Amino acid sequence: MSALIARPWIWSWLAAALAFALTVSLTGGRGAGELAYAALSFGAFAAIVGMGQMLVITLGPGNVDLSIPATMTLAGTLALKAMGSDPGTAAMGLAIALAVGLGVGLANFALIYLLRLPPIIATLAASLIYQSLAIWSNRGLRIKPPEGLADFSTGRTLAVPNVAWVGLAIAVVVWVVLERSTWGRWLMATGQNMRAARLAGVPVQRVRFATYLAVAVLAGLTGYLLASFSGGAALNMGQEYLLMSIAVVVIGGSSIAGGYSNVPGVWGAALFMFLVVSMLNSYGAPAGLRLVLTGTIIIGIVIAASTRRVRT
Amino acid sequence: MTTSAADKAAPLVALTDARMQFGAVRALDGVSLEIRAGECLGLVGHNGAGKSTLVNVVNAGLTPTGGSVSFPASGAPSARGAGVRSVFQELSLCPNLTVAENLKIAHEGLKGLRWRGAARAEIRESLDRVFPGHGIDADAEVDTLSIAQRQMVEIAIGFAPRGQAAQLVILDEPTSSLDGGIAQQLLTHVRRFCEAGGAVIFISHMLGEIFEVASRVIVMKDGKVVADRPAGEFTRKGLVDAMGHVAPEGTGAAAAERRIGVEVVRTPEGLTAREGEIVGLSGLAGHGQAEALARLYLDTASAWRRPGAARMVFVAGDRGRDGVLPLWSILRNVSVSILPEIARRGLLDRTREAAVAKDWKRRIGIRTDDVANPILSLSGGNQQKVLFARALASAAPVVVMDDPMRGVDVGTKQDVYAMIRAEAAKGRTFLWYSTETEEVRQCDRVFVFRDGAISAELTGADITEERILEASFEMQDAG
Repeated sequence: MSALIARPWIWSWLAAALAFALTVSLTGGRGAGELAYAALSFGAFAAIVGMGQMLVITLGPGNVDLSIPATMTLAGTLALKAMGSDPGTAAMGLAIALAVGLGVGLANFALIYLLRLPPIIATLAASLIYQSLAIWSNRGLRIKPPEGLADFSTGRTLAVPNVAWVGLAIAVVVWVVLERSTWGRWLMATGQNMRAARLAGVPVQRVRFATYLAVAVLAGLTGYLLASFSGGAALNMGQEYLLMSIAVVVIGGSSIAGGYSNVPGVWGAALFMFLVVSMLNSYGAPAGLRLVLTGTIIIGIVIAASTRRVRT
Repeated sequence: MTTSAADKAAPLVALTDARMQFGAVRALDGVSLEIRAGECLGLVGHNGAGKSTLVNVVNAGLTPTGGSVSFPASGAPSARGAGVRSVFQELSLCPNLTVAENLKIAHEGLKGLRWRGAARAEIRESLDRVFPGHGIDADAEVDTLSIAQRQMVEIAIGFAPRGQAAQLVILDEPTSSLDGGIAQQLLTHVRRFCEAGGAVIFISHMLGEIFEVASRVIVMKDGKVVADRPAGEFTRKGLVDAMGHVAPEGTGAAAAERRIGVEVVRTPEGLTAREGEIVGLSGLAGHGQAEALARLYLDTASAWRRPGAARMVFVAGDRGRDGVLPLWSILRNVSVSILPEIARRGLLDRTREAAVAKDWKRRIGIRTDDVANPILSLSGGNQQKVLFARALASAAPVVVMDDPMRGVDVGTKQDVYAMIRAEAAKGRTFLWYSTETEEVRQCDRVFVFRDGAISAELTGADITEERILEASFEMQDAG
């Protein structure tokens, strides 16, 4: 038990479970299944971008990708425009969304590496360009996703939303990469002390490059799924994911100073972020109070989760 | 302050059998010393001889683990009250503040709304006195100044009245970044200051300066004062001899059993190394050895290319900055440089990783019951062993070591020397920067650095402390 409490990810899962229980107790147990289903659906999007953000934050102080919302919007917009609601184009749309992600990652890292801009500035400034490209190509049109794709993204398999399965699969891959691969070790070494990692033979710039590509590709994928899920791309569709992607990393128990990341915690935090809002809603908290409480709760969890942590 | 004739005789600072122990290391081993007003004490000795520790005990930066420090002349309980000031080699100014603001930090008495004007006047006056014609603006931010100007400001703050006149000023390598003319101004001021009844402890590796300014010279070695005489009784040669005894045992013996192969390393500054050779980098600390090694390593190991089989590995001496990955276990710290070698298709073979770490824990004697313990649970010396294990575990043919034995105990040192010789016999090349002569004598060939360039190349029986010191100090008239 004490070993379990020592795991930083446990706190986000406990918080999610508590928020779930409090919400369900209000209705005496009715609607529990629906609530869980909704949390898994909406949580999946936050979890996928959160895992991308987690990889970047693990790179160490100052590393963050603030272009996630714009990348999601641009990828969703271009993919849906290219598919034009035609059946059988889902794979092509996915390829476009992922290509947008690759392009964005490349551009972000070019700004960071070649122009030596701080990542916060580089990604924030570049996101204005990505957002403008989305506006320019969208022109207020709302194109529906192809029927098969819309069915997939809103459908379920074995009572679990398909998007949650996607999120789970990505979580497994990210976990294996981080915990079991050379590349994951390199990433965490770089995040702890870039100079020491470099002197230990870690190709640190290669690691950073791959990481900025990964976060943008995951954001592109999320944009594609979210646009399909909600029946079309919207220009503000990525908006809430700026704060969300960072919050789930922090609540999930990853170190904000870098070098230590936590995949299960991100999923727990993504569920919690949805559940806490539903909980406050069902207790009828006004919007202002809701925000204050959400902020307070996040701070509380971060304090609880930031116990001393060391990896074996 | 009123000083009668009797007070003048009382020493400003008196150390009685002062001892300072850091773990197993005796940095100060029973030093008794008195410094009187009007004296300029030259302090010489190698890196690690205990000079800095002595200075830090005098200025109360360190509390000695044995013996006592007192300030009889002033009767003050603390170094600060006795007017002891220190000017260190590592610059301690705040770069984002102006010259005058930096004085304010050292001068607690400056208060109220008008402190800025007072600080400006005081630092200007002090600069003018020590370095006439200095051309430094009291309102300039420190980071806009050159290194030499910063050092001048630091010295001027040391001599500034700051509410209570300075009685004893400690200058640690004050001229290392000053050019000849400015250094001369400083020496002149030091003499004037001592004639007026102040005292100075002057640490320098430039023996010429010591002779020019010191009234008395103290030589330190291994935490002890080995000579304490009026400056006139020393000759340059005698001073160098007093600093280091030369024990020629072991010299060159290591080279005999090994075959030295083709040249595998050559740098623009002329550093070369051959297969199976142990090459030393020596000279005084901070003369470009560490930079030369870091440059060599960084130029060889790409920050982009996947290191298929690393050509070179690095053993850091500055553990915190260059070596230890603090969030990780001992195991992960050992294996970080050999990850590509213990991975299959990018996935790690964790059984093999554990076996390597366990093997090295035994071979190099890392004191822990489990390699899964955090690296920070180890003492400094044991952390250093982990960094050694990290490098030696890899198959890289060239091993670059940046003063890697800091804090490593004597027994382990001998084991590591043997390990290095054995690895070299297998054809590995070592480039080894060390500030300790004992380590340098393990080498087949030694490059002595001075001012960022190679000043001498010594081989075999020529690798002696005397020859290294001569090359470090630029003593054309010696020998």
